[in-house]
Amino acid sequence: MPTIKIESEKCKGCSLCIDVCPYELIRQERTINHQGYQYVVLADPEEQCTGCTLCALMCPDICIEVFK
Amino acid sequence: MTEQKRILVKGNEAVGMGAIRAGCLYYFGYPITPQNEIPEFMSRELPRHDGEFVQAESELASINMVLGASAVGVRSMTSSSSPGISLMQEGLSYLAGQELPAVVINVVRCGPGLGGIATSQGDYFQAVKGGGHGDYRVITLAPASVQEMYDHTILAFDLADRYRNPTMVLADAVLGQMQEPIFEHGDVPPEPRKHWTLTGAANRPARHLKSLYLKEGELEAHNRMLQEKYREIQKHEVRFEEYDVDDAQLVVAAFGTSARIARTAVSRAREKGLKVGLFRPVTVFPFPGMRLCSLSERVKKFLVVEMNTGQMVEDVRLNVKGDTEVEFYGRPGGAIPTPVEVLTQIERHY
Amino acid sequence: MKQVFAKPKALNDEIMHYCPGCGHGVAHRLVAEALDHYDITGRTVGVAPVGCSVLMYDYFNCDIIEAPHGRAPAVATGMKRSRSDLIVFAYQGDGDLASIGLAEIVHAANRGENITVIFINNTVYGMTGGQMAPTTLLGQKTTTSPYGRNFNTDGYPIRMAEMLAPLEGTTYVARMSLDKPVNILKARKSVFKAFEMQINNVGFSFVELLTICPTNWGMDSMESIKRIQDEMIPYFPLGVFKEKETEDYI
Repeated sequence: MPTIKIESEKCKGCSLCIDVCPYELIRQERTINHQGYQYVVLADPEEQCTGCTLCALMCPDICIEVFK
Repeated sequence: MTEQKRILVKGNEAVGMGAIRAGCLYYFGYPITPQNEIPEFMSRELPRHDGEFVQAESELASINMVLGASAVGVRSMTSSSSPGISLMQEGLSYLAGQELPAVVINVVRCGPGLGGIATSQGDYFQAVKGGGHGDYRVITLAPASVQEMYDHTILAFDLADRYRNPTMVLADAVLGQMQEPIFEHGDVPPEPRKHWTLTGAANRPARHLKSLYLKEGELEAHNRMLQEKYREIQKHEVRFEEYDVDDAQLVVAAFGTSARIARTAVSRAREKGLKVGLFRPVTVFPFPGMRLCSLSERVKKFLVVEMNTGQMVEDVRLNVKGDTEVEFYGRPGGAIPTPVEVLTQIERHY
Repeated sequence: MKQVFAKPKALNDEIMHYCPGCGHGVAHRLVAEALDHYDITGRTVGVAPVGCSVLMYDYFNCDIIEAPHGRAPAVATGMKRSRSDLIVFAYQGDGDLASIGLAEIVHAANRGENITVIFINNTVYGMTGGQMAPTTLLGQKTTTSPYGRNFNTDGYPIRMAEMLAPLEGTTYVARMSLDKPVNILKARKSVFKAFEMQINNVGFSFVELLTICPTNWGMDSMESIKRIQDEMIPYFPLGVFKEKETEDYI
């Protein structure tokens, strides 16, 4: 199934990916990474991700990889 | 050895000839009197040598074009006169900070401000004390003849490459404009291999040329390394000339055009039986201070002659023994001291 | 499963120092993707500006030099004229390019230097802490226009793409925005085109990218994106302002 891999240590929690995801599959964690940011994670229990790459296109920290 | 022909050229043209002889095929510059024969010569000659001539939009741009050309590993140069050289100080500081070789010719005119187009040595401080922001030095050569305009340009490329440092030929309007016969001689030392150039990171890690150091201690270490380099330059590259100093009681110290005038005055003084000599720094950075110091052990008095209100005289005073008398005679603002004036000063202070 | 989106090879694995949401990351990615696409990383030299992206040499796998403030087009000129086999690009912010370096960019463009310039327009000085830039919009509050930019005292925001496009020396001039995926894809195409122009030796190419600076705008990322769409694009219209064909030069 299509999915994304988010490198949480590189994420700065800007949330640009959250807004563009058509299925709202990305959410921000409450915990922080080593940089001190609340990173984002994929929450896709029903495997809805289509691998559309919109999140990766927006990500300024280039920490999202997309598999299809 | 092939037979050598003497040719009659202007000082500014000799600079261009020396540069091409040294393998400099890239010239970037902006017009300013009294050095226009240099860009004119280069714009004529470089296309014939498969080189590039760019008339930049300003001296700010020309020095930065030199910075770019230097970074990719070629020999390049720019030339200007005092107000233009002031604009180049930013670039010179970056060149020094990034340890990039470059040759800059300053055909000095008089200032401050727009000043005038007549000759002067008013840029001595700016040239030898760094000139721009930060702790750095520019290797500075002070020619005194058209032949030396040619020779020093070649030498400047060699020194710049060997020490990865900007190098200036500190000439003046007289040297730039006068004609003298020269020999196009001189073996050009081979260009050193450059292991630091930006020529594309194929088959090697990417390289960076920078002068920004943000991590704690990095910039101090970088500055200390630069100072160590300047000490090496001071140790190995001091050049000077002396005439009749062996038995001299008074030594005239002068560089560039002033030294030519002073030499005539010294000869006339000798004819009158005065024990007078001439000391001429050929490199003004590194300054031949050690030699002046040892001379001052037996020379009672120095007379510094400059075409300014007293700049090199400060370096002379710094270097001679404490109780040595140092007198000064200078003409600023485009005035040129005559041999008679200098002789009068010699007689007055002898 | 196949990887359909990966970090370009022309970028290394460092964590970028840019603030959360900052547009430099995407702009860097687009440049790096162009280097990958044309397989030119090994013969490319980048010229970094003074500004937040001065540290871009920490992220790219190509050779990079740091230029004095605003002088990147002059440095790039010196490089390209002496080594025409290299691909030379300058990457500049709005203070760097449109203010202190205005003479350098205009004349490099006018000479038709065969270089590529990527211009980041976020209407503010980022590195120095949010001062007014030549591109700051009228009414925009910055640390040096605390009452909002006023044309009587501060003049008007400069439109660089429109300024450079009429110059005979330019071959490709475009303004793109990094506010949403579709625009990012268009910007990508534009950046590719700009490098292609240089590879084909047809002359000066310029891509202006509208980006966000949440930190100095005092907004969160989403509000910042909205500001590009509501305020910046109406003043800085997107599009390709000039595109000469290769044949024009033969």
